Amino acid sequence: MTKNNRIIYGLILILGIAAPFLFPGFKLQISFMWLLVVLALTWDVQGGQMGYNSFGNILFFGIGMYVCAGVQIGMFFPLAEWTASGGEETFVHTPTQYFQGFFIGLILSGIVPGIVAALIGYGVLGLRGQYFAICTLGLGIAAGEIAGGIELIGAGQGMTSPPWPKNIGSLELRSQFFYYLCFALMAATFLFLKYAYQTRFGLVLNAIRDNEDKAEAMGIHTMRYKITGWIVSACFLGVAGGLMGNMVGYIEPVEIAFAGATFGVFMVLMAILGGKGTLWGPVIGAIAFHIFKEGFWTFFLGWQYVALGALIVIIVVFFPEGIMGWLRERYPDKFGETVDESDIKAQVELK
Amino acid sequence: MSNILQVERVSKYFGGVKANENISLTVEKGSIVGLIGPNGSGKTTLFNSIVGTHPIDRGSIQFDGKEVSELPVPAVAKLGLLRTFQQTRIYGKLNCIENMLISSKQEKENIFTMFSKIPEELTVKAENLLKFVGLYQKRKLRAGDLSFGQQKLLELAMALMNEPKMLLLDEPTAGINPTLINGIIDRLLTINKEYGITLLVIEHNMRVIMNLAQRIFCLAHGQLLAEGEPDQIKNDQRVIDAYLGAQ
Ligand SMILES: Nc1ncnc2c1ncn2[C@@H]1O[C@H](COP(=O)(O)OP(=O)(O)OP(=O)(O)O)[C@@H](O)[C@H]1O
Ligand SMILES: [Mg+2]
Repeated sequence: MTKNNRIIYGLILILGIAAPFLFPGFKLQISFMWLLVVLALTWDVQGGQMGYNSFGNILFFGIGMYVCAGVQIGMFFPLAEWTASGGEETFVHTPTQYFQGFFIGLILSGIVPGIVAALIGYGVLGLRGQYFAICTLGLGIAAGEIAGGIELIGAGQGMTSPPWPKNIGSLELRSQFFYYLCFALMAATFLFLKYAYQTRFGLVLNAIRDNEDKAEAMGIHTMRYKITGWIVSACFLGVAGGLMGNMVGYIEPVEIAFAGATFGVFMVLMAILGGKGTLWGPVIGAIAFHIFKEGFWTFFLGWQYVALGALIVIIVVFFPEGIMGWLRERYPDKFGETVDESDIKAQVELK
Repeated sequence: MSNILQVERVSKYFGGVKANENISLTVEKGSIVGLIGPNGSGKTTLFNSIVGTHPIDRGSIQFDGKEVSELPVPAVAKLGLLRTFQQTRIYGKLNCIENMLISSKQEKENIFTMFSKIPEELTVKAENLLKFVGLYQKRKLRAGDLSFGQQKLLELAMALMNEPKMLLLDEPTAGINPTLINGIIDRLLTINKEYGITLLVIEHNMRVIMNLAQRIFCLAHGQLLAEGEPDQIKNDQRVIDAYLGAQ
């Protein structure tokens, strides 16, 4: 790591840790922002690095959300009664129960979506191009419909997640607790992907994006990498879902859990805005997008979706490669694209 | 000497098109063999059949004593049988070094090898091979920004990076200027002699194939028309009629 990098990472870490105290009024907003970064980063594993436009990653987000809340409740109380009765009125988690359930729920909210990704991966990732895109779109929509039909998890009415225990401190503490978890998840996702992109895994994903047939012809079992990549996305995304469900406090199948029309689209937009296929692109894209979006909702209320649409058009027309792609085109040498000075006009010469 | 590749009575149809019909050919280990024939005579299709791009309709293909006609493409490649493409295929958005690194042979592909860093020695090996094909200066450029001929050379270097036992080359000199062609012929001869890689080469350039190959097979209309040494082929009346044309 160069000195410059260390300074940048140090600054982000300090800012991330200090943010709840610097901007106490925006704690929840910034927590959501970190989750959006996770959404963009995990989408980019498929959409950017691997060149598979997935419109169904929201599936894992939703599964994680339901699994986490379901485990939190089901570990101590009958889940069916909780969902039927608006259970938080009848059943109360003690603080120990709350944190035990939350801890185990959060772990499973990573594992279960990972398993789902592994199970459906072989079939779905065998499709290419538009077929893959359409198929994943269908998956996300179907998941919302299915969840809306399962009584155990509240069907179409949705379910509540366990409320913060009453006797352990203020709601202030609650929002800090979730803030740091969101920040930690974002950091973990980022650092894992940063490492993974330096390994063979990252190179193979890029090779699949550039020419999958060639990669196979060179002896690479591309399917293994595609599935592994999807599992990675699903795990981090699932945990993000688990956190989101707890922060919002209420899980609804189509608008919150399998929210293809909002989060499902946002994750694509954010990655494209920042520059897909780069490590920093999704991070920058998510932060910029969140700020824009909150601005629209504040200043253009009523017109917010029009403003958002205009933003999308501007991105696609003027920054098709995103912010990072645009920078790369302007300053290629900063991205390591150089020709040896000694031989700048070199033609291939074979003696 | 033994045969490294043995193609027996292979047929491949696309609907009504008989792209390969009952083709048999053998390639001796360590040799350079040519494959010629008019456009559309089924040469590329035969390559595709050999490496498993599509299932064949009939016949058997043995590589290194092993039946490969049922194996998927990556499995055949892992056995050491690689092909290059007529429409050159490289990873356009990766730079030349990365193109090379990704091409190195990976015996095992599991969670540990996937997430391990690429060893330093590989970069050195990649640079040496890029020097060998004259692309060292361009090593940090995106492969997609190279000229067509340079991409062909890169593709060749990528194949070498994989240390195959045998290479199927689909028109290695198409679109390359005449002086560079001589360089490529030399490189191919070196690859064959020093690295001991067996070559099966599709070529339309007669000068190239006559200089390279010890044995030539000629296809026409999906069928094997003739086989023999370069001089025999050059003077074979059927080949002249179908392909070389009266001179
Ligand atoms: N995937 C495919 N689907 C249908 N027809 C095909 C397919 N691939 C090849 N063909 C047909 O098979 C025949 C042989 O094509 P092939 O590409 O093998 O020729 P070739 O000898 O390599 O020619 P060239 O010298 O022009 O490269 C052609 O008639 C072609 O149209
Ligand atoms: Mg061909």
